[in-house]
Amino acid sequence: MMERSFTRRLAAGLVPAVPYLWLGVLFLVPFLIVLKISLSDPAVSQPPYKPVFEWGDMAAFFGDLDLENFALLTEDDLYFRATLSSVRIAAISTALLLLVGFPIAYGMARAPERYRGLLVAAIILPFWTSFLIRIYAWVAILKPEGLLNQALMGAGLIAEPLDILNTETAVYIGIVYAYLPFMVLPLYATLEKMDDTLLEAALDLGSTPWRSFWTITVPLAMPGIIAGSLLCFIPAVGEFVIPDLLGGSETLMIGRQLWSEFFSNRDWPLASAVAILLLVILVVPIVIYRDVEARRVEVRP
Amino acid sequence: MRRSFAPWANPDAKPLIRFENVTKRFGEAVAVDHLSLDIFEGEFFCLLGPSGCGKTTLMRMLAGFEAPTEGTITLGDQNLAGVPPYRRPVNMMFQSYALFPHMSVEKNIAFGLKQDGLPKDQIADRVGEMLRLVQLEKLARRYPSQLSGGQRQRVALARALAKRPKVLLLDEPLGALDKKLREETQFELMDIQHDLHMTFVVVTHDQEEAMTMADRIAVMDHGRIVQVATPGEIYEQPKTRFIAEFVGDVNIIEGHVQGQENGLWRVKTPSAEVPLTIDDPDEVLHSGQAVAIAVRPEKMVIQRDPPGPDAINVLTGEVWDIGYLGDWTVYRVRLATGEILRVTRANASRFVENPIDWDEQVYVTFAPDAAVILAE
Repeated sequence: MMERSFTRRLAAGLVPAVPYLWLGVLFLVPFLIVLKISLSDPAVSQPPYKPVFEWGDMAAFFGDLDLENFALLTEDDLYFRATLSSVRIAAISTALLLLVGFPIAYGMARAPERYRGLLVAAIILPFWTSFLIRIYAWVAILKPEGLLNQALMGAGLIAEPLDILNTETAVYIGIVYAYLPFMVLPLYATLEKMDDTLLEAALDLGSTPWRSFWTITVPLAMPGIIAGSLLCFIPAVGEFVIPDLLGGSETLMIGRQLWSEFFSNRDWPLASAVAILLLVILVVPIVIYRDVEARRVEVRP
Repeated sequence: MRRSFAPWANPDAKPLIRFENVTKRFGEAVAVDHLSLDIFEGEFFCLLGPSGCGKTTLMRMLAGFEAPTEGTITLGDQNLAGVPPYRRPVNMMFQSYALFPHMSVEKNIAFGLKQDGLPKDQIADRVGEMLRLVQLEKLARRYPSQLSGGQRQRVALARALAKRPKVLLLDEPLGALDKKLREETQFELMDIQHDLHMTFVVVTHDQEEAMTMADRIAVMDHGRIVQVATPGEIYEQPKTRFIAEFVGDVNIIEGHVQGQENGLWRVKTPSAEVPLTIDDPDEVLHSGQAVAIAVRPEKMVIQRDPPGPDAINVLTGEVWDIGYLGDWTVYRVRLATGEILRVTRANASRFVENPIDWDEQVYVTFAPDAAVILAE
């Protein structure tokens, strides 16, 4: 009896501990390591920084840590510009994703019920091919002698090939294409639940279809809009592959900066500082979202 | 309070709503079939019928959510063809209430007024007035999810009334309420309609609801209107067997016309030894015609002693079931033919000595004018 209740209590205690354990081992510990490296100095050695943690002289170890790298981030405005540019590109991409994703999600939610499962499957289908291959495919489409330019020139719409590849436009195209499912699926989930008679009621009370869309559909879809926007905005800020393959050398993004600090300059401490900065930037929208969500739940239990 | 109100009886009166030969098809299915109907200003009008009879489609055409396939609908002097729902002086209370979940009670009520671009203070005044009307002043800032079913129904009503529409459409307005609340709300709706001098069109499948509230009832079946009349006429002079059976309880006795004597019809039926005598002078029948005689349960008398030799319309049987409802007792009497008659008796006194019991031999009689003849 005693034993059983003990194992049961142990199990009851362990189950909620699983996510914490996961986060602790796979997020918190690596984060602390990165934080520690960001406070170290670069060194030509293996690993390429010092001090290296050793049991023993703790005081000397902590004494060697400083904020030099973070100071460097503020001194060179490259990092500031890269951050700003990343946030801007991610914000514009998210807006474009909303613009493209909302009609798709709306259409899916309004489709006859028997087709909806198929449509959701179709939205997820691109995931079945490798992300890299899909982005490389866009290189082939967008390059000066690529499919798009050939088609447009063949149709007589343009005389000279357009310069799309290696511009910011190409980055937007790539992000919108790659992230679309993350925008469409949360939007679809909220729109599909919406009661059509609410729109009828709005029309009946004298609201035009356009106004009804803004006063009824959009507010009720807001949880999906916020979830989809965060799911797209957060990874887009740190995006590396898409700007690297599709964007030109002048496309400045913090993810690329991070990569070059780590692998070109082999300055791990500075790269770690950039990573910490990126994390801090991304924590802000998540906290805002949680706050909004909490207030919404409070008002409408 | 308003018994003299009968514009439909006045040939000069101009109807407010006019359906002329309206048909609505959904693909192959005919929802409304060549239907014509006039509804007058200030009427409390009920569309009554079983589900799928076309009553909801009829209402949705009036609101503008469906367009008639054929025919015209006019409101006042306006042909409603092509007029979108948001331009019609008609508001609807939805069966599901369709309250906006992200808006408080007062925002819900103000929604329609805002669309009209009324000044803020006028909107606030009207919202206050509506809240008082439905007695929800204290809940103005609540959200629909924080209200009970009855309170939501009131918000839906207030929201639909706020714009003072020429016509208020109510789709099964009491369907989601429990019995007691339903009864109270019926009378409230009648009072509100009377006080605001508005035209109400109610869709319902509940005949009791229709009987209580309506000035006139249109009974629908298979996309057609079978009868339009006052509740009293529908109940006492149903035109068809469908109406007699759909509205209230009824006993149907089948037979054949034998002839007419002194203005009374004689109908031969296997259910009774002597042909029945029915006083229904308006019917035009011929001898030998198959007919159904409809008698309401409360218009039949049940007794244990044999009636006198002069008695007319005597049916004999045995008591099959007794249901005691408090105010009424229902007897189910089985005739020799196997038919079951339903006879009700008001329990006028608290104690009855030696009451009629199960399996007893009884006589059921009814007056000639208690019955209606329905041509088969």
